[in-house]
Amino acid sequence: MANVAVPSARPVSLRIPVREIVPWAVFTAVLGLILIYFVGAEQGAVSIISGHTVHEFVHDGRHLLGFPCH
Amino acid sequence: MMRSLLIRGMLVGLAAAALAYVVAWFLGEPQVALAISFEEAKAAAAGEATEPELVSRTVQETFGLITALAVFGVAFGGLFSIAFALAHGRIGSHRPHVTSALVALAGFVTVYVVPFLKYPPSPPAVGDPDTIGTRTGLYFTLIVLSLLAAGLAGYAGRRLVARLGGWNAGLTAVGVFVVIVMVIYLVMPSIDEVPADFSATVLWRFRLASLAIQATTWATLGLLFGTLAERVFTGTGAARRPAPAGV
Repeated sequence: MANVAVPSARPVSLRIPVREIVPWAVFTAVLGLILIYFVGAEQGAVSIISGHTVHEFVHDGRHLLGFPCH
Repeated sequence: MMRSLLIRGMLVGLAAAALAYVVAWFLGEPQVALAISFEEAKAAAAGEATEPELVSRTVQETFGLITALAVFGVAFGGLFSIAFALAHGRIGSHRPHVTSALVALAGFVTVYVVPFLKYPPSPPAVGDPDTIGTRTGLYFTLIVLSLLAAGLAGYAGRRLVARLGGWNAGLTAVGVFVVIVMVIYLVMPSIDEVPADFSATVLWRFRLASLAIQATTWATLGLLFGTLAERVFTGTGAARRPAPAGV
């Protein structure tokens, strides 16, 4: 590929190799799903921590983000 | 490259949460308050004792809501950057901000709009506490099925590009997605637990507020992340790092 000093000719649509993405993807997916679980479902349908404090704390967010709350 | 994108994704998620909070405060919270007063009036009429408040309403509508939106925003911001990295250069040769907007639109429809249409969000006082397990299970199942449908549609679209061209292959992918989702809608059970005397106006406004909050979140992800990703790819935003030679 020729190196041209025109901004629009820069290789902006280069693909990032899947092998480079996978480790980040696995880690982000695991962490992200845990976070979403705590906002969306903990102490509702299933409970890891006993009580209702987590549920009550994120209560409004859970309703407004569209998750079933109670 | 991936590191820069992930960091920006999570930061954009926080920005999205901040904007979503403004929308939630003005559109969502008034409807939540109306739903709660309906719930309390009903409990009082039935002679039930009021439940002790574990978390006060003030905390719920400020720190609680901010925390929920921020956690949700960071999680989806991170996942969004991964989806962007996988999609960029593989769904047509678009500039980064175009890929970002397309991925956000697809994510919004797949993760929120499809479940929204079948199992719309409900304010307090709507929904039987005894069925929360079933409803949560169905909701998350529908999200997973919707993601699978999007994956299948995307795969079909990529296979058809050579034969139909980019535009028509994209439209076919959308068609495949719609058909699969319709079948899923028909197969999955319906839920209607709205009390007969619950205000239709409050319900409608609450659901619109939820839609507006999610639309704000995804629009911010798509547009702001796109701008930042553009800089990552062209190297203009990376002043602290030396520009790699020959790239």
